[in-house]
Amino acid sequence: MAHDEPHGAHHHHDHEHDAHGLPSEPDLKVRAIETLLVEKGLIDPAALDAIVDSYENRIGPRNGAQVVARAWTDPDYRERLRADSTAAIAELGYSGRGGEHIVAVENAPGVHNLIVCTLCSCYPWPVLGLPPTWYKSAAYRSRAVIDPRGVLADFGVTLPADTEIRVWDSTSEIRYIVIPERPAGTEHLGVEELAALVTRDSMVGMGLPKAVAA
Amino acid sequence: MNGLHDLGGMHGFGPVIPEPERPVFHAEWYKRALAMTVAMGNWGRWSIDESRHARETLPPADMVNLSYYERWTAGLVTLLLRHGFVTRDELREGRADANAARETPALTGPEVAAVLARGSPSARDLDRPPRFQPGDRVRTINAHPPTHTRLPRYARGHVGEIVLYHGPHVFADARAHRKDAPAEPLYAVRFAARELWGPGAEAGHSVTINLWEPHLEPV
Repeated sequence: MAHDEPHGAHHHHDHEHDAHGLPSEPDLKVRAIETLLVEKGLIDPAALDAIVDSYENRIGPRNGAQVVARAWTDPDYRERLRADSTAAIAELGYSGRGGEHIVAVENAPGVHNLIVCTLCSCYPWPVLGLPPTWYKSAAYRSRAVIDPRGVLADFGVTLPADTEIRVWDSTSEIRYIVIPERPAGTEHLGVEELAALVTRDSMVGMGLPKAVAA
Repeated sequence: MNGLHDLGGMHGFGPVIPEPERPVFHAEWYKRALAMTVAMGNWGRWSIDESRHARETLPPADMVNLSYYERWTAGLVTLLLRHGFVTRDELREGRADANAARETPALTGPEVAAVLARGSPSARDLDRPPRFQPGDRVRTINAHPPTHTRLPRYARGHVGEIVLYHGPHVFADARAHRKDAPAEPLYAVRFAARELWGPGAEAGHSVTINLWEPHLEPV
């Protein structure tokens, strides 16, 4: 199945292999470009490996979950996050490319925040990693601003009818992360247990944190 | 530019499909496409805005039919040619020209973690105060430049309220086209959903957009 769907519905030439197990055209094209750039001394293959490893294994939504869990449990941290989100996030060791300046927006009773980038795919990389396919999709980028309840319904999320939905259309200069509301019945949980409840989608506003068994 | 990257408010693209947090990459070549773009960016020859504009200027049909990392790769090739890193002959042949100089990579493996952690902040100093303050009502300009802009079509000519002042940041609309682009005050401007979409939109909902001072006029 093609996960990174093109915006048009009927083209699927991003499959990794064709029916015969041969590499796809874009796969071959990317390999050809890499070969040329390495031959010219323009890129170091080890740097490419390190970049991939960073985004596969170190820079992802578990970072953001730590920020949220800290905000839930430490009122002083929450204040620092409100005053200067970028600095408060850097305290936990998350900073840099694709999130040089981050603003955390807080959900509250009756207020729900939703993050989108209608013009491209700006996303807070240091805290959430690379954006999922749906965040980059035309379906999400087109509809989040005009039909936020509709895109939430696609993810099975129904908010009360009187909830105010604040959509944030990002640019690359300022990227947003949603601080969801702490689930009920979690008073006894520590930071790590709370972080496990924080889903990637809840930090974009397309989901809610996992509930705990009553 | 009024292109097919500017999708806010369009209909017809179908439902949003959820996916689990892992895997991060759905094909091996996505990894290389991403990493090459990041590594080549480290040469510092183009800004993120020029890079973004290189993707936006793909033919409209390609914008719709190519997958995400195909668009990234096409944008990278545009930049490699424009900035003289490779020639069309080299791309066609798949090997370096016999007379081409051998360079030293701008980014090596051991440098990656620190380079990613540093990033390229867009905040700058500016020797004048911002024209607007949080609480001010502003109207977006009605402009349709054929060049790069971060003022989406759906928000042009509309009245909103400044909710945050982000400080001066390099003006992306200009930096996509020249390296010495100035900084301009950057704001978060909130528009009522009904202001943007008419009476069919829900009262109380809003869309907040990062916009620079040149995008805004006082009301």
